[in-house]
Formats: sequence, structure tokens, C-alpha cells
Amino acid sequence: MAALHAWLLLLPALVLLAAFTHWPAVATFIDSFFSTPRGSRPGVWVGLENYQVMAEDPVFWKAVTNNLWFAGATIPLSIGLALLMALWVNERIPGRAAVRMAYFTPTVLPMIAVANIWLFFYTPQYGLLEQVTGALGLPSHNWLGNPSTALACITVVAVWKEAGFFMIFYLAALQTLNPSLREAAAIEGASRWTFFRRIQWPLLMPTTLFVLVNAIINGFRMVDHVFILTRGGPDNASTLLLYHLYEVGFKFWDTGYASAISVVLVVTLASVALFQFFVLDKRVHYK
Amino acid sequence: MKEAAPPPWAAPGKLDTIGAWLLALLWILPLAYAVWTAFHPAEYSTRFALFAPLTLDNFRRAWEAAPFARYFLNTTLLVTMILGVQLVLATLAAYAFARYTFPGRGIAFALVLVQLMVMPDILLVENYKTMAHLGLVDSLVGIGLPYFASAFAIFLLRQTFLGIPKELDEAARVEGASALQTLWRVYVPLARPVYTAFGLVSVSFHWNNFLWPLIITNSVNARPLTVGLQVFSSVDQGVDWSVITAATLLTAAPLLVGFLLFQRQFVQSFMRAGIK
Repeated sequence: MAALHAWLLLLPALVLLAAFTHWPAVATFIDSFFSTPRGSRPGVWVGLENYQVMAEDPVFWKAVTNNLWFAGATIPLSIGLALLMALWVNERIPGRAAVRMAYFTPTVLPMIAVANIWLFFYTPQYGLLEQVTGALGLPSHNWLGNPSTALACITVVAVWKEAGFFMIFYLAALQTLNPSLREAAAIEGASRWTFFRRIQWPLLMPTTLFVLVNAIINGFRMVDHVFILTRGGPDNASTLLLYHLYEVGFKFWDTGYASAISVVLVVTLASVALFQFFVLDKRVHYK
Repeated sequence: MKEAAPPPWAAPGKLDTIGAWLLALLWILPLAYAVWTAFHPAEYSTRFALFAPLTLDNFRRAWEAAPFARYFLNTTLLVTMILGVQLVLATLAAYAFARYTFPGRGIAFALVLVQLMVMPDILLVENYKTMAHLGLVDSLVGIGLPYFASAFAIFLLRQTFLGIPKELDEAARVEGASALQTLWRVYVPLARPVYTAFGLVSVSFHWNNFLWPLIITNSVNARPLTVGLQVFSSVDQGVDWSVITAATLLTAAPLLVGFLLFQRQFVQSFMRAGIK
């Protein structure tokens, strides 16, 4: 009887989860072995052909390298800045509340809205960046239109957006640290740097790992600003995996191939999560 | 971080203060710049002059150039609907996980947690197909449906419910309250801070969400603000930046104002809620 009650309570949530998470995940996997249905012609079993297409798709590989580059740059930069921000606003600096707010504000703004603002910064000829570099006597540069800088521009926006968010977790952790550790270090005559390296940093390790996992996951899901800033261009220089998936699935309507790309993304994200569950959690819980 | 002021550690060094402020200015600059541009005539959007005339004209023109009123309505309905359903479903499920022992509980809970890793935004293609079958393409329900069952809300509430003393539950039962009455009278009130936390996180997530709404909507009727803004700023507006920044600020304004008013709650709820 109790079991029946419990299942009834769970039913609505489980049905929706099954319909929009479990089933689509399984169906994506199955579909990745079928060709894309066209008109009234249903998809047929093609085995690994979609994956073969993927292996031979230069844009896919470009998206993979870009995404790795993007993640590789965004993750350390945003975590490093977040830590620095948290250490600063954890001190009694003048105007602490305002500083804290300034760091965190980008987090609550819609990505699509802030991308608009950044777009203007990067605009050639009269954008803000151009005016600054122009005032310094540097040559004009089309930041988003140049394959060598487009991805870096997107990375900067992502770091700006994420650092303040991660700061919150560091700040929370710093505030739970025992103040007597600090006094003891001061009495011992340890420098601030030593205090940070020997005491704060090791104690922040669990937070760093938590933030790291989130940063990795975000690194592979971030896509909004690509729409506004570059649309993946120029010449796919700033395509990321999720954007490529969108283009394949919803611009070219190649759903078979899109499923194969989704599988790659799901496997990537799931391995990050599993890594966290099985490896990191065990090492980090040393309360 | 700087070696500026060692031992009398009570006060941070000057360099810390300067560094923190510089970074803060840099961080707020894009927003400050958008505010400047939006409230001044177009000719000042690339030129800074302290006494440039203020104007609301950009907002008026943005408002007239696109059906923002409709987009606002859509987004408001959307986030309210999603949050409402999420809270009800998650409360019921969390209660089942926290206070019932039943065969299959572990598996059911694991099935819930799967969603923490595989979020609906990755399964775009399949979810689109489902919506097409259900005839929900280009509808608000179509945008919200994949997010109705939030694994994160279930997880968060389950943790909270587990922390509520069983004695309260039993006392309520002795008084003759049914399970649902107990849930409503005992658990929900005690978990109020968690509801607030999740509420703020959910509202800001869905207010800002873009990719899925972009795919599933194709008309003004269902388009939320973010998608509307993107349509607005990508059709050639003669690159009138003042109007675009005004529209941008309009889109972000409710969250921004909410954030300025309820800063502490925002920060704490993000802290409490972890992510999503």
C-alpha cells in the first residue's frame, strides 16, 4: 500500500523524465544507426555510416578542436579569476558589497542579451575595442571576422560570464573556513601567499573540483553567444560542438547525423559526471 | 594573493583593494556601457560626453520595432508555468523518496539523477520529434514540457525533507492527517528557503534559456524574450546600436532589477542550489 502511494507520488515526474530524458537518450542512440528519413521514406539501418560521416566531416573535427580549445581556455581562466575574486571579496575591502555585485551581475543576465553588448564591443571600425586600440595607435582589426581571433573573443565572453558564478562557491567555502587558522598563520609569521598555498588552497580543493566539473560541463554546452557573435564563422573558426549539432539537425535537417553528434556529446558529458561520482567524490570527501 | 601586506592581516592591502576595484569596473563595464548607449541619442553611442542629453527614445523605438510586449508576456507565462509545475512534481517525488521505503526506490532515484548529466538541451533532435508528434511545436507548453520534471529540484527537496524530524511527520499522522496533508502542512512550510532558492535559480535559468526555445518556436505567439531579441537584433536593424542595446536592456531588465533588489537572496540561492 505504501509502495503504491510512493509510486503514485513519483509517477508524474518519472513519466516526464522518461519521455524527455531517458527515451530521447535511447532513441538518439538508436537513430544514430539509421539514415535520415526524407519525406515519406523512413530511415533505414545504415550501421556506423553516420559515425563514418562524422569521422570524415572536417567541420565536426573543427568543432571538436575548437571546443577543446574553448574549454581548455575558459575553464582555468574562469576558475582562476573566480578564486581571485572570492579571495578579494572575502576580505574587508572598502565597497565590498558593490564589488561582489559587479562580479556576480553577468551571471543573472541572459547570455543572448550580453552577447549583443559584446558584439558591439567587437564591431570593426567603431566598436569600443577598436576605439581603444585606435587610441593606442594600433592597427584596425576585425575581431570577430578574423579566424584567428573569433574563438578567443567568444572565450572572453564566456569567462566574463562564468567567473562571477564560480566565485560564489569559493566565497561560500572561504566563509566556512575556521578563522583561527588565519590567526595561527599570522602568529607564525607566515606570509599571505604561504597561508593561501598551504592552508586556503588545500581546504578549497573540494570546491575547486565541484566547480571544475561544472565548468567542464558548461564548456561543452555553451552555445548561446555563438549565435549572436559569430554564427560559428568565419569559416567555422568558432564553431562549437553544440552549435554544429544545431546546424546539422535544424538547418540541414540531417537528423541521422545529428543523432550521432548528440551521442558524442552525451557520452562526453556523462563521462564527466561519472568521473565525478566515482573518482572525485571518493578522493575529496575528507572532512 | 599579492604579497602586499603580510602580518597585520586584519586589513587587506592597498593593492588588493585597487585590484579588486579594477576588476569590478572591468566586469561591470559592458553593462554600464549598454546603459549609457541605451539612454543617449545614437550619435553618443560611440562617443562619451558627460553631459550628453538623456533620452528614452531608444526604448520607445525598440518597443515599437518588435512585439516585445508579447515576448514579455510569453516569457512571464513560461517561467511561471515551468516553476509551478516543477515545484509540484518535485515536491511529490521528493516526499516519496524521503519518507517511503518501497521496492525499486534506489533505481527510481538513479533514473532521476540521470537528468543531472543529460540535460534536455542536448537531446534537441529527439525532443523536437516528440513535440512534433504531440503537436506542441511553437507553443509555450512545448518550450516548458521537457523541463517540467526537474531532477535538480527533486534532489534538492529530497535532501531537505530528509532533514526534517520524523517525529513531526508522525505527530501529524496521529492527528489524522493524510500523507498529502502532512506534506502540505509540515514539509512544505519547513522547506520554504529551499523553495525560494530553487525558484530564483529556475526563473533566471528559464528567463535566459535560448537554444531550445529557438528551435521549438517559429512565430511571435510563443517566442520568449531571448529568442525575440535574437530575431530582432539579427534582422538588419540598420545596425542602430542604441536601439539594440535598449532592447537588450529591456530583455534583461526584470532579472536585473530583481537581482539588484534581492541581491542577498540571489547569491545565497545560487550558493544553496549549486547549479541549474
